[in-house]
Amino acid sequence: MIDSAKVIVFIKGLWVTREGHPVLENVSLDLKEGDFLGLIGPNGGGKSTLLKVMLGLIKPDRGEVKIFGLEPKAARSRVGYMPQKTLFDQSFPIKAIDVVLMGRYPRTGFLRPYGQADREASRRALEAVGMKDLADREIGALSGGEQQRVFVARALVSEPELLLLDEPTAGVDAAQQTEFYDLLCRLNRKLGITIVLVSHDVTAISQYVNKIACLNQRLYYHGSKELTAEDIEKAYGCPVELIAHGTPHRVLRKHD
Amino acid sequence: MIELPLDIFQYEFMRSALAAGLAASVLCGVIGIYVILNRIVFISDGIAHAAFGGIGLGYFLGLDPLAFGVCSALVTAAGIGMVSSRQRVSEDTAIGVFLATGMALGIMFMSLSKGYARDLYGYLFGDILAVTRSDVLLILALTSVVLIVVYLLYKEFLILSFDPVYGEAMGLPVQSLRLLLLCMVASSVVVLIKIVGIIMVIALLTIPGAISRQRLKSLPGIMAGSVLLGSIFVFVGLIVSYLLDVPSGATIILTASLAFFISTLAGR
Repeated sequence: MIDSAKVIVFIKGLWVTREGHPVLENVSLDLKEGDFLGLIGPNGGGKSTLLKVMLGLIKPDRGEVKIFGLEPKAARSRVGYMPQKTLFDQSFPIKAIDVVLMGRYPRTGFLRPYGQADREASRRALEAVGMKDLADREIGALSGGEQQRVFVARALVSEPELLLLDEPTAGVDAAQQTEFYDLLCRLNRKLGITIVLVSHDVTAISQYVNKIACLNQRLYYHGSKELTAEDIEKAYGCPVELIAHGTPHRVLRKHD
Repeated sequence: MIELPLDIFQYEFMRSALAAGLAASVLCGVIGIYVILNRIVFISDGIAHAAFGGIGLGYFLGLDPLAFGVCSALVTAAGIGMVSSRQRVSEDTAIGVFLATGMALGIMFMSLSKGYARDLYGYLFGDILAVTRSDVLLILALTSVVLIVVYLLYKEFLILSFDPVYGEAMGLPVQSLRLLLLCMVASSVVVLIKIVGIIMVIALLTIPGAISRQRLKSLPGIMAGSVLLGSIFVFVGLIVSYLLDVPSGATIILTASLAFFISTLAGR
């Protein structure tokens, strides 16, 4: 590598089809250590699919995908993942700390019980997201924002070098969202964790991320925080107004 | 105070009944919780009904009906999983088909055999007093296997029950675990058929867990509470049915549902 920073994600010429229809078309993306990518795009544009490819859950039809230079499956234990809207039974009998412990599964492995180190790591992860005092609370007794933090802690507890977050703020109110993005910023800057944040709210994320990509089958990405008006229009397939040089950046949908 | 007629347990068949009932309570307590948490109540009921196909076949061939019941329940568990994952058939449709097919096969096989009516009644509504020594051994063996599996895979089953999507992303063999869970449900259900009959199996599988869950918070605690409740229902049901000379299966279930309604009305 010419660049000194470590390549975390390397995707080249990726194609994924589902039942004959292309979901991802010729997607290429690379991320270096410490990048914070905001991945936007319309619903059904393949954002979740792209994350799943990065986790090795979906096999590409064509193209190359390397995470830390490894096959996605082999790299999985170094990746933290927060799925889109974790649907769970709000009265499920489980404490926050035990939810976080699940994130140690890739490290502990099948059939082996969690050890003291796993428990300590879970406490630390909860501390990192500011939830230390609520560790022994039932998950259903926490607010939406607090639950999101628990799920981030679960993604963090395996001490990942790459964090994949699929619309983590869905169903969280505005004040909690801001707090949440600040938390991600700290994780990114202090711990140097590379983050991919899927969202459809560009306005909200653009002041936190350092790169933005827009996905609708094809990926519009220039390795920077800039997207052109054409990119956005092509991706969303409808006229959108982009205020390119304001901070925060805005993408405005035209009202019909 | 009525004195408990504990002398009834001097009879071998009563001791067998009690042993089978208590082992079944342990199974219910543990597996029932997973059935509730994974929302597979309908599948479990489907498996119970489909097991009747195997029971009927065993009965017809003059071999151990319970062992055949276990086999057909396992086949059903696997079948429901496969049909609904491969074909364009939703899971509850697959369950409906397996349920009815198993029942029809069971009735067909039994009607081809002698002594049909009385034994049919026993399988449908339970006949805990007809539990034999070999039944008790089979029940104890199944209970031990289930307990060992749950103990070893506790953390895996917790992820499966709470958040399978995440589990899959973490490399947890979600499909295999779900199948294993269904197999354990299948084994438990067949044991319960002996106690309360096919029709009422699902009540005994879910009521102790449901009550326990209303009251307790930690999963191991809920399991223990559920085992205890199940044992009480079986014990009380047996004695009441003996005193009033009414069917044991129905008495056990009514004891359990009475407790459930009281617990629900009493609130938290």
